[in-house]
Amino acid sequence: MNGDQMMRAHSASLPGPTFDNPAWVTPGPLRNARVAIVTSAALYVSGDDPFTATDTSFRVIDRTRRDLVMGHWSPNFDSVGVKLDINVVYPIDRLEELAANGVIGSVAPRHISFAGNQPDDVATIRYDSGPAAAALLRQDGVDVVILTPV
Amino acid sequence: MSVLAHIFEAAGIATIVLSSIRAMTEKVAPPRALHCEFPLGRPLGIPNDPQFQHDVLQKAFVLLDETQGPVLVDYPVVIEAESEAVACALPPRFDPDALPAVDEARGIRKAYDRAKEKRGVTAVGRAISADDVPSALEALQRVIDGEPWSEVLPVPNTTALCHDIRTYYEEAALELVDGPAPGGRAMEDWFFEKTEAGQLVLAARAAIRDSGAKFPVWFYMTPGHR
Repeated sequence: MNGDQMMRAHSASLPGPTFDNPAWVTPGPLRNARVAIVTSAALYVSGDDPFTATDTSFRVIDRTRRDLVMGHWSPNFDSVGVKLDINVVYPIDRLEELAANGVIGSVAPRHISFAGNQPDDVATIRYDSGPAAAALLRQDGVDVVILTPV
Repeated sequence: MSVLAHIFEAAGIATIVLSSIRAMTEKVAPPRALHCEFPLGRPLGIPNDPQFQHDVLQKAFVLLDETQGPVLVDYPVVIEAESEAVACALPPRFDPDALPAVDEARGIRKAYDRAKEKRGVTAVGRAISADDVPSALEALQRVIDGEPWSEVLPVPNTTALCHDIRTYYEEAALELVDGPAPGGRAMEDWFFEKTEAGQLVLAARAAIRDSGAKFPVWFYMTPGHR
C-alpha cells in the first residue's frame, strides 16, 4: 500500500458531517464573477505565522503573493508537487489568465488557506473559522469559490 | 473542503469542490464537486502543465450551469501516484570518516541552496535550519545506538525535526533529479528507500518506539505506512 492508498482508505473511514437542507446559490454569468481559491493545503505567506499542529484557523493570501510555504504537520502529504508548481494546489496564475481572457470576471484580492486540522465533528470550522472566512470573502465581493484539498 | 462548501453556500457564495476522496465527498455532499482521482496533494493534477490545469478548471466551472444539486462529476482522466522512487543521483561520498548520512547531507547542501534561491522560499526551519541537518542526523544515530532520545535530540519535537530533514533532502533533490519531474510519492520513496538519511530516520523511529516512547513521539516521524 502506498501513501496515497493509505490516506484514501483512512479518510474514507472518517465520519462525514451531514447538512440538512443544504444551501444552493445560483450564480450569475461566470464572465462577471469574482473568483477566489480556498485550499486546505496549509499554505501561508513566507514570514507569516506558520500553522500549529492542531491549527483550525486560516491564513489569508494576497492575490499577488507567490512566496508560499506548505505548513502541514502530518508527514503523510506529498509536498513536492507544490514545490514544483504552486498552481497544482493553488491555481492563482490560471485564474489570472482566465480573468485576462474574459472567461471569469475578476480574481479576488484575497484567498484563503486552512490546514484541514479538524475534530471529527468539524465544529470549529463549521461554527467559527468557516463562517469567518465566508465573511471575509463576502467583504471582497466574491461570487464563486473553488475549493482545493490537500 | 466539502464542509466549507456548505458554509460558503449558506453565506451566498457559489462553490465548486475539487474532490480527492470520493467516498468523503459522497458523504458530505457539497453542492458541486468535480472528483479528480489524482495523486493526493495535487488537486490540479500535473505541476507545470497549464493546459491540463485549465482543463480541470474548465470542467469545474461548467458545474455552475447545473440548476440543482448535489452534483458530483468525475474528471475523465485518472492519474495514479507513482510507486517507484524518483531517479536522483546523489553526489559521491566525500569524507569516508563521517557517518554516511552526515556526509550525504553535506554533499547535497549546494543543491539545497540552489533550490532555495530559485524558489525564494524553503519549508525547512520548523525546528532546525539547513545548517543543523548534519548534526541532527548524528543525534538520530546516537538514538539508534541506545541513548535516550529526549536527551540527545536537538529539539523535543520529533515530527518537526524529521520534517526538516526530509524537506531539506526533497528540496535539494529538485535540483538533482534526472529526467521528468517526480510524480506523487516518488520523492518520498526516494528519501526513505534510497538515501542514508531516510534509512537513519526509519531506524531512529523504530528505536524510539521500542524504547517505550509515547505514540505521537515516534509515529509522525515518517508517513504512517512506513
